[in-house]
Amino acid sequence: MSLVVKPNFPDYQTAPVQRGFNPYADNGGSVVAIAGDDFVIIGADTRLSAGFSIYTREQNKLFPLSSTTVLGCSGCWCDTLTLTRILKSRMQMYQQEHNKTMSTTACAQMLSTMLYYKRFFPYYISNVLVGLDNDGKGVVYSYDPIGHCEKRTHRAGGSAGALLQPLLDNQIGKKNMLNVKEEPVSQQRALSIIKDVFISAAERDIYTGDSILINIITKDGIKEETFQLRKD
Amino acid sequence: MSSILCPEIPSPGFSFENCRRNAMLEVKGHAMPKAQKTGTTIVGIIYKDGVILGADTRATEDTTVADKNCEKIHYLAPNMYCCGAGTAADTEMTTQMVASQLELHRLYTNRVVRVATANQMLKQYLFRYQGYIGAALVLGGVDSTGPNLYCIYPHGSTDKLPYTTMGSGSLAAMAVFESRWKPDLEEAEGIKLVRDAIAAGIFNDLGSGSNVDVCVIKKGSVDYKRTYDEANIKGQKQNSYKYPRGVTDVLSTKVVDIEEVSVRVIGAPEDMEIA
Amino acid sequence: MFSAPPFWQNGPAPGSFYDFPNMQPQVQPNDFRQHTQSPVTTSTSLVAVTYDKGIIIAGDLLASYGSLARYRNCPRIVKVNNNIILGSSGDYADFQYVQNFIEQKVISDECLDDGITLKPKSLYCWLTRILYNRRSKMDPLWNNFIVAGIQDGEPFLGTVDKQGTAYSDKIICTGYGAHIATPMLRDALDNKPQLTQAEARAQVERCMEVLYYRDARSFPKYQLGIIDADQGVSIEGPLQVAQNWSVAHSIKGY
Repeated sequence: MSLVVKPNFPDYQTAPVQRGFNPYADNGGSVVAIAGDDFVIIGADTRLSAGFSIYTREQNKLFPLSSTTVLGCSGCWCDTLTLTRILKSRMQMYQQEHNKTMSTTACAQMLSTMLYYKRFFPYYISNVLVGLDNDGKGVVYSYDPIGHCEKRTHRAGGSAGALLQPLLDNQIGKKNMLNVKEEPVSQQRALSIIKDVFISAAERDIYTGDSILINIITKDGIKEETFQLRKD
Repeated sequence: MSSILCPEIPSPGFSFENCRRNAMLEVKGHAMPKAQKTGTTIVGIIYKDGVILGADTRATEDTTVADKNCEKIHYLAPNMYCCGAGTAADTEMTTQMVASQLELHRLYTNRVVRVATANQMLKQYLFRYQGYIGAALVLGGVDSTGPNLYCIYPHGSTDKLPYTTMGSGSLAAMAVFESRWKPDLEEAEGIKLVRDAIAAGIFNDLGSGSNVDVCVIKKGSVDYKRTYDEANIKGQKQNSYKYPRGVTDVLSTKVVDIEEVSVRVIGAPEDMEIA
Repeated sequence: MFSAPPFWQNGPAPGSFYDFPNMQPQVQPNDFRQHTQSPVTTSTSLVAVTYDKGIIIAGDLLASYGSLARYRNCPRIVKVNNNIILGSSGDYADFQYVQNFIEQKVISDECLDDGITLKPKSLYCWLTRILYNRRSKMDPLWNNFIVAGIQDGEPFLGTVDKQGTAYSDKIICTGYGAHIATPMLRDALDNKPQLTQAEARAQVERCMEVLYYRDARSFPKYQLGIIDADQGVSIEGPLQVAQNWSVAHSIKGY
């Protein structure tokens, strides 16, 4: 045993202090999409926030990839910027290589591949891809951050996703109800449901608010619409 | 060993052994139950004739809004109110306890209690718990020394200020005060200033929201304006979400015949006597 | 359980200078690479607001070393070319590194002599890529940049942070300014959506005053950058914050 006692001077500690750098940020935001027989509607709120502060009240989170495909993103905004920029150039490369625009289904597959490519340093985004398929039918694809892809008729993603998905399952998917007719949702009803669920989300989710931007995709193209939400 | 004849004398002072236990449990993966925090904007100013307190009305639980219209301006004494930010239960219970002590003090001394007394009680109480009672308070009132405004931190330190803000929206609200507060404001100006400070918190801080509560305390009178300003109007729903009849699944049915029962009222309960 | 805090925040650990007897270094040097530094010499808030024909941006001249007010004349609002102003808060060394890069870019642009100059949105986009790339290497440039410029006759104001998070808006403030100045400016723009240059300047000066009262890392000497569709770029300063501490004398008896 050593006779000299090792002095402990906390002021002279030389061990490195690991200052945390978190490459991810949670910038909030919600995306809701509903598909119908000949249309698909996607809406996203326009609040970009971090922590307890609002960065901007008017941030578009919908990215048109082609005239029939739109991607909605929420989560880590820096990853969203990067992913959508790469997607845009991939769309252009496809266009120039094959002399045709990529179909919605191909976009959906490409997005899944691109997300999984970064399996161990993922894009921290909740993606909802909507569009018209080759038969002109509305489709919604939803993803997890590392590329799991699921095709469905309605989806709520982002910070209020857990709040809204059960409501959509009930109202659009007619879940937990007896004696209801399974009929396709009309465009007008889908639009009003999207507005209504965002009103509810703004009430209870602090990261959802300010306003929403809605894209309505039909065979005639993409129509944009905005709708004001509460700003607190 | 201790016995009845020779009891073990507990060590003096407060014991914080559970804090270490809790920290250890947390490390081992047993998370502490989450308390409802009021990420808040609360403010207070001194104006010409007294004190004006203000608060927003949102209570949050992590990122969800737990209460859209909660009350954050608490009663302490007839001449004193107290805004609370931090852990909802702590602010509520602390102010309730001090309110009852102040009432006893008032009955004992037969005088209007001073704000400094309430401040001292609160800070001593909070200091004993070393910040584990998460109550950040803005205490305001009028007494024989005039208007008084205190700002009390969870660890028990206090400030006596002419204008103060607390909570997550305190910076936004303080920006308003720093640029517009001046001594001897008129009442209408003061209320407008407090409203604007709270509104700054409501719109710029995600932890604050909903409505503005204002409480004006003057010598001999209190004007508590609950929902002084509805800063946000809830959006109008476009659809009806009423379920049609027969949608709910009936799992089992049991019919019980209700017998007729006679009811007899035995005297109305009397009010408790209070001095 | 409780030990004294280290001498300096962020500063060099004194133990590396002094060789005390019997004191082995606690950590043997390893060959691993520790990227994630923390900012060392830092600058605080920036305040920027758009008016009808341009943008005003302000930031003080202090570069702090932890809590030490170390360097008191560090300009961080710079002219990039005739239609861009760049501002930075955060680590000052990282800012100078990026500034050198940008200066070189502008020089290379000029050497081509094709009459094409860097546009604000291009610089903004380029910065997002630089910062995102560094964050992906877990070796970030610890800055918050603000790009102010005129593109196609319209004012453009954008920001990028150390993670590459970028957005553009009519009001952008960094650091404590995001919490203190943004609410004030949003309120001003709610009352009057299109400010004139004089009004915008008054608002920014008011913000700098309040920030000086409440941000402990701020300084009363600051620069003001103005980019105007008609008048071009001008950087004024050093200006002095108008201070009024008369309230301080009324605070007593706590």
